[in-house]
Amino acid sequence: MAGDIGTGLQVEMVAADRVVWSGEASMVIARTSEGDLGVLRGHAPLLSLLVDAAVEISTPEGVVHAAVDGGFLSVAADRVSILSEHALLAEEIKIDEVKAELEAAEGMPTGDEREVRIRRASARIRAVEKAS
Amino acid sequence: MAVSLREYRARIKSTESMKKITRAMELIAASRIIKAQQRAQAAAPYARELTRAVSAVATFSNVDHPLTKEEENPVKAAVLIVTSDRGLAGAYSGSVLKEAERLFERLRDEGKDVDIFIAGRKGEAYFKFRNRPVVQSWTGFSDQPSYDVAAEIGEALITAFLKDQGEEGDVDEVHVVYTRFRSMLVQEPTAVRLLPLEIIEGEQAPEASEALPLYEFEPSPESVLDGLLPQYVQSRIFFALLQAAASELAARQKAMKSATDNAEELIKKYTRIANQARQAGITQEISEIVGGVNALADSNAGSE
Repeated sequence: MAGDIGTGLQVEMVAADRVVWSGEASMVIARTSEGDLGVLRGHAPLLSLLVDAAVEISTPEGVVHAAVDGGFLSVAADRVSILSEHALLAEEIKIDEVKAELEAAEGMPTGDEREVRIRRASARIRAVEKAS
Repeated sequence: MAVSLREYRARIKSTESMKKITRAMELIAASRIIKAQQRAQAAAPYARELTRAVSAVATFSNVDHPLTKEEENPVKAAVLIVTSDRGLAGAYSGSVLKEAERLFERLRDEGKDVDIFIAGRKGEAYFKFRNRPVVQSWTGFSDQPSYDVAAEIGEALITAFLKDQGEEGDVDEVHVVYTRFRSMLVQEPTAVRLLPLEIIEGEQAPEASEALPLYEFEPSPESVLDGLLPQYVQSRIFFALLQAAASELAARQKAMKSATDNAEELIKKYTRIANQARQAGITQEISEIVGGVNALADSNAGSE
C-alpha cells in the first residue's frame, strides 16, 4: 500500500536557525496538543500546535525520525511545514547526553522547568529508539 | 642624529606590527561576514513560515490578542538597542546609539517615558558612563547570536509589555533599534516598533496568486495565536540580532581596512624621515672628516 500512496507531500522541518529536513514524503505523523495526527496527501489546510514529542516522516527512502520542542504544524496544498524553535533529527541526537540530561532533570525539584526538561529529553530518546 | 634615526626605526617597526594586527582583524571580519550572512539566510525559512502562519490566523479569524492590542493612552515605551560587544568597528555602535537617542527624543515628545534594554557591551558602557538607568542588558554574543538569546530577550520584553498599565515595569510599546545590513558597504541604523504587533505588513503581504487557504485551527484559533505570536516576536528579534551581527562585522572590516591603509601611509612617512636623518648623519660625518683633514693640512702647512 505504501507504494501506492507514493510521495505527494512536500515537507519542510524548520528550526529557528536552520532547515532541519526538507523533501518529499508520503506521510507525516506528529503529536499536536489534541493528540497524534497523521497527514496524507490531500489533507485539509490545518494549523496546529505541537507538543514536545517525536515526529515521523515517511519518505520513499525510509522513515525519518525527529524530535521537536513544541512548535507548529501547518498544512496547506500538500505542503507540510513543521516549525519548532529546536528540532533535531534522530541521527543528530546524542543519546548519552540526552540520558544524562534526563537524569539531571529528574533530580530537580518539582516544577514547570523540570516537567519541560523531562518531556523534551524523553521525546528525544523516543525519537532515537524509534529510529533504531 | 643617530639617536633619532634609531627612534624612527622603532616607530616604523611598531607601526608595522600594528598594521599586521589590523590586517589580520580585517581578514577575520571578512571571513566571518560570510558566515553571518549564511546564518541570516538559514534563519529566513523559519521567519517566512512563521509570518505566513501568523497572517493566516489573522486573516481568517477575528482575533484580539493582548500582543496586538494598542494601549489607548501609552505613557511608557521600552527600547531595545542592539550594539556590539567589542569596539574597533568604526562608528558602528556610535551610530546605532545616535539613532536610539533620536528615538528617545521622539518618544519623549509624544509624552512617553523610556525604559532602556541593551544588547551588547558597548551600549551598556555608554549608559553606565552617563549614569542612565538600564532595565536589563544582555552581552557576550554580538557577533554570533543564537536563537536562545533572542528567545530570552523576547520573553523579557513580552513580559514587560503584557503587564497592566500602572504596574511596576509595565511598558505600552516596544521598539527595537538595530543596524540593518544592506550591503557590505551600507549598513543603516534603523528603529522599528515591535509591539503592539502590526500583523499585516506592506512588504510581506501575500500576493494575490498565493491566496491563503482556509485553515482549520487546532485546538482553536486563539490558542494557536497564543503560541504563534511570542515566537513571531522572538523570531523578529533574532532577525534584528543577525542583521546587527553582519553589520558589525562589515563595519569592523571597513574600519580595519582604513586602519591598515593609514598604517601603510605612516610607515611610508617614517621611512622618508628616517632616510633623511640617515643621510643627514652621513653628510655631517663627511663634512666632519673633510673639516678635520683641512684643519690637519692647515696645521701641517703652518709648521713647515
